[in-house]
Parts: sequence; C-alpha cells; structure tokens
Amino acid sequence: MKFLKEYRDGALARDILRKIEGLSKKPVKLMEVCGTHTVAIFRHGIREVLPGNIALISGPGCPVCVTPNRHIDEAIELCRRRDVILTTFGDMMKVPGSNSSLAAEKAGGASIRIVYSTMDALDIARMNPEKEVIFFGIGFETTSPTIAAAVLQAEREGLNNFSVVGAQKLIPQAIRALLSDDEIGINGFILPGHVSAIIGVSPYEFIAGEFGIPAVVIGFEPVDILQGIYMLIKQIEEGAAKVEIQYNRGVPPAGNPHAMALLFKVFEVSDAIWRGIGTIPGTGLKLRKEYQKFDAVKKFGIKINDDREHPGCKCGDVLRGLKTPLECGLFGKACLPEHPVGACMVSVEGTCSAYYKYGKRSE
Amino acid sequence: MADNSILLAHGSGGRLSHELVKSIFLPVFDNQVLNQLDDRAEVEVSGVKLAFTTDSFVVNPLFFAGGDIGKLAVCGTVNDLAMGGAEPLYISAGFIIEEGFSLDSLKSVVASMKKAADEAGVKIVCGDTKVVEKGSADQIFINTSGIGLVPEGVKVSGSLARPGDKVVINGFIGDHGMAVMAERQGLSFKSTIASDCAPLNGLVKTMLGESKNIHVFRDPTRGGVATTLNEIAAQSGVGIVLREEAIPVRDEVLAVCEILGFDPLYVANEGKLLAVIPAETAERVVAAMKNHPYGTDSAIIGEVVADHPGRVVLSTGIGGHRIVDMLVGEQLPRIC
Repeated sequence: MKFLKEYRDGALARDILRKIEGLSKKPVKLMEVCGTHTVAIFRHGIREVLPGNIALISGPGCPVCVTPNRHIDEAIELCRRRDVILTTFGDMMKVPGSNSSLAAEKAGGASIRIVYSTMDALDIARMNPEKEVIFFGIGFETTSPTIAAAVLQAEREGLNNFSVVGAQKLIPQAIRALLSDDEIGINGFILPGHVSAIIGVSPYEFIAGEFGIPAVVIGFEPVDILQGIYMLIKQIEEGAAKVEIQYNRGVPPAGNPHAMALLFKVFEVSDAIWRGIGTIPGTGLKLRKEYQKFDAVKKFGIKINDDREHPGCKCGDVLRGLKTPLECGLFGKACLPEHPVGACMVSVEGTCSAYYKYGKRSE
Repeated sequence: MADNSILLAHGSGGRLSHELVKSIFLPVFDNQVLNQLDDRAEVEVSGVKLAFTTDSFVVNPLFFAGGDIGKLAVCGTVNDLAMGGAEPLYISAGFIIEEGFSLDSLKSVVASMKKAADEAGVKIVCGDTKVVEKGSADQIFINTSGIGLVPEGVKVSGSLARPGDKVVINGFIGDHGMAVMAERQGLSFKSTIASDCAPLNGLVKTMLGESKNIHVFRDPTRGGVATTLNEIAAQSGVGIVLREEAIPVRDEVLAVCEILGFDPLYVANEGKLLAVIPAETAERVVAAMKNHPYGTDSAIIGEVVADHPGRVVLSTGIGGHRIVDMLVGEQLPRIC
C-alpha cells in the first residue's frame, strides 16, 4: 500500500497543525460520523495535538454498534438451526444480543464462519449445497453494494441455499436526524471518505444547504484528518458552509454510480432501527419484492419478540454525541471490552471501545 | 452460556487467557516456580540451574510461507527456553494426529522439525503419538517440551525491567501473524509476507556475549508486541513508552493490517524477541545484534519509565499519545 507512510508523516502533520492553530479562534464542536475516524483519531493521538478550542465529538457511525438487538437475536435464532451455516464479518461475533452472542453460540456448537466479503459466503454456499448459508448483512453504503452483488450472483446461479439477514444502514439521513435534534450543537462534520467513494457528495448537500453547517469528506490517515479539520476550521472562521472533499484520491464527486445502481436494483430504502436511538426514517435497506426469497428472516419465519437493551446503557446518547463514554455509569465497570454490555464497547470501531482501548478512561 | 464456556479468546494470549490462568490454574497448581509466570520455569536440580518449558501448536494452515507447524513447534519451545537466557538442550515431541492425515504431510512436518532442531542445536530425545477419530482434531496438533541450561551470571525475568532501561526488538514485527492470516481460507489476495519463524537461542547467546547485564527477554508471540510489553510492565511495576516511528514494520504487513483492520502491535511473531537492556549497554548490544542473521533490523523502540506503572504508552508519529493495552479477545477482521 503505497502512500500509507506519506499520510502518517510527522513533519507534514505538524505543518498542518500550525496552520490550524493560526486560523482557529472560535470554540467549535466537530463530529466525526464514522467509527473508522474515531479509531484513527485515538490511534494517532489527534485530540491531544489539536488546540483546546476544537472539540471532536464521536457520532453514530459504527455499523456494528448501531445494529439493534433484534437483528442479532435473529442471527442467533438462525444459527441455532442445524441446517444453517451463518457467515458474518468478524466484529459481529462478540456483540451481545438480548441473551447471547454469536461467539457464545459458536462455542456452544453453532456453525458460524467469519468471512471477509459477501462473495466468500457465496463460495461456502456453493460448497455446502445441503446447508443453508446465511450472510449477516451489516454495514453502510461501503458494504451494501457487495451484498447486492452477491444476491444477484446467487440469483444468476440459481443458488437456493443462500440468504441474508439484512441490517444495513444508510448514513446521510441519519445525519439529518441528528441535526433535527436541538440538543446537538455541532459546528462541522467530518464525513467518512469510504462512504462517499460509493455515494459521492450530493447526498450530504443538505447539511450545508438546509442547516448551514460545513462538512468535509475526509480520508482516514492522520494527515488526511488534520487537513480535513483545517478545511472545516477555515469554513467556520470564514462563515462559509459548503460540502467539500479532502479525500480526493478516493472520492470522485459523483461517487460510484455502478455500485449505487447495483445496490438499488436489489434493495430499496426503508426505515431502520438504530441501537440506542430508535427508528430513523430512510436509513435502512430492505430487499425489493423480487429478491425477498433471499431474506433469511422471512425464509425461516423468525420472530423476535423481546429485544430489550440494557437499561443503564448510554450507547444511544454516545452514538448521538450527547454523552461521552465517561459519562456512562457502566463504562469501564460493568461494561468492559471482554464483557461488553453495549455495542459501542464491542466493535473495535465503537466509541466506548476506542475510549477504553486507547486510554481515555477518565476526565 | 458464555459465562461457563471456553471461548476462542481464552486461547488468544490476551486478557482472557491471563484471566483463565489466574482464576483456574494458578490457585490450584499454586507453587513458587509457577507463580513467576515467565515463559519457562527455572528450577535447580543438584546445584544446576535448568530452564523447563512446554508449548502446544495447533496452527491452521499447517504449511505457510516461511514455515510450517513442525518448524514452529521446535522454534517455539527453543525460544521459550532462550528467553530465560538458557541454552536449550533437549526437547520432546508429542503428536495428536487426526485419522486420515496424510503420511506425506507428516513426513514434511517431521523433516522441518529436524531441520529446525539442527539449526538450534537441540536434540529431540523423546516423543509420543496419539491418533484420534476424524473430526476430533484438526489434522495434527504438536506439543513440545524442552529443557536447557541457565549459564552462570545470567538473570533475566519479566519482573526485572527498571526505569531508564531501553526496549529493543530484533526486527520487523507482525510477519508471522500476517503470513498465516494471508494463507487462511477466505483471504483472496496474494501477499509476499513470509513468517519470521526462527530459533532465537543463537541471537540470545550473541547478546549475552556482549553483555550479561540484560534484564528481560520475551518473545512477542500471540498477542504481539503490545501484549508482551504490557506483561513486562505489569510484572516489573514500571511504565513503558514506545516511539511509533522507531518500530520496524514492513510496508506489506502494514498494508494487509490496514485492509483487515489489524494493528501490527498485536499481531503474532515467531522469530522476534523483545529485550529490556540498561541504557548504558543498549547501543552496544544492538550493534552486536545487527551482525547476527536474525537481528539485522534490530532497533531501540522505547524505554522503561517510572510513570504510569503497568501501562504501555505509544508516542505517535504526529506527536500524540495513546495507551497500548493488552489484546482483548481475538483480533477480528473489521467490517469496513
């Protein structure tokens, strides 16, 4: 991977920091929407090197974290069937559902395999025609086109033993929901570069247009993040509100129309439940009518009745940037990476996990 | 179910492994030698100081770029002995083989055990074979135990790191873990990363030849450099500060780590050692290491401090800091 070290260059980072220091006057709150940014910010110690008037707030953007108990319980219910091989991305394994987790089910004998892409799940389906191979579909716009591609491929091949638990989410309307909450005083958005590599920038125009808040699509290396923050501060200090791209090398302004076309051939927009937040209109994906035979929950008639979350868990407030993990009574006590209570502690990209792992354990 | 079952994470070498040892094994087996919690036991028999260790190998795939389960089984035990400053002498080999395993594969594994043993200068002097029904084991599991002699004047332990000491590594980190990961079923990209699997007793001898005054040797296997340094910090009651820019990581390893969402600091090594060396001799020892084939890329990567005892802190390339915790659970590939 060429350019990795270049985008971690200490001297370049310090140059940008000096420019930020020279420009930044107002106290500002910037929200990083995506968990990958949260982790990168901790991993490189970015909060600590920024001037004190710039606060970075973590938002709702870890797809694992926002997956509600309902979907995890569905996956658990399905993997308990002897005729099922459940395939999932690795970081779903430890997420607690209402009563169990996939890791615990695997220890108890369920057939669960970690895959790196939906296409791997298709391979497993081809090799195990006597089993139903179910893919636990988690993710944002970055992974959903690959799930759509797998469904289309299964359709073409007549693979009848492949299906999907659909729990994917869409980012832009979730930001609208956040902005519609009066409690949230965000001055700028750090938008995830890889999502825009698919969707482009136009779905975010309302942030600047309707709400008058600057937003920049940013890459994930420290130099990217600092440069993106500089672009946000510049807009804020100049009183501008635009949606800009810092992550030029990965994001064409129009995104990837081919991937988007694939996505919406198979899925249509629906409402979605976000863990700790509730239902947000227009932020989910469901299989279109002609592809519903690939819906594992429908195929096996799974019904989840009780999907309560832990009453003390503040994931909802953390995901909306209203509270930091340090303000949750469970954080670092009942809720630890090895015994997570809420989803934000489970995923490596969860805000609580990042706070805990990288050492922000008290104010 | 989760609370009363062994999870894979209990075997990952990270925090759950430590909890398991502390809550299940230590209270029952309780004795002074075991309670040291070093990679090998040091016992005295008729006035002779012996190092004694055991390790089991269950790697999948059995064969990977740079090594195989046989080489690992010999090097792992040799290295556990060497990390006590001991000169490894004899090892045992126990095989648990799944019914149906190919004889040709077994021959290859045995041949590479012999090759590794010859290189390390140890003899495989006893063994055991068990065959289990198909499905009761995954192809082949190997256990090796080993004994070695601890030379006069050598005293190393994870509990001996002192503020001011330098932390040294003998080369690039993460090669083994990423080589194995890249060959696992399901990864569809090709990589050029080869395991660093190697016997380190020769390098240790070179280092001790330069200065007997080395405080700690540890091989950062499962759980990686991060977990091993946390163990040293906890055992010695000191803090450790690492400089990110000083830690050798190959571009290819960094790239595969980025793709899978791994942190090289937590990725397993099989031919690396971490040494904690007093500041006044560290440069000299590193110079000697660089002349050894397994130490050409040696570097000082950090130092021991009196602050934040039990904690490892990394100063990042851009001037920030972060805590480097022990591995919790397995490192799982991330989603995006």
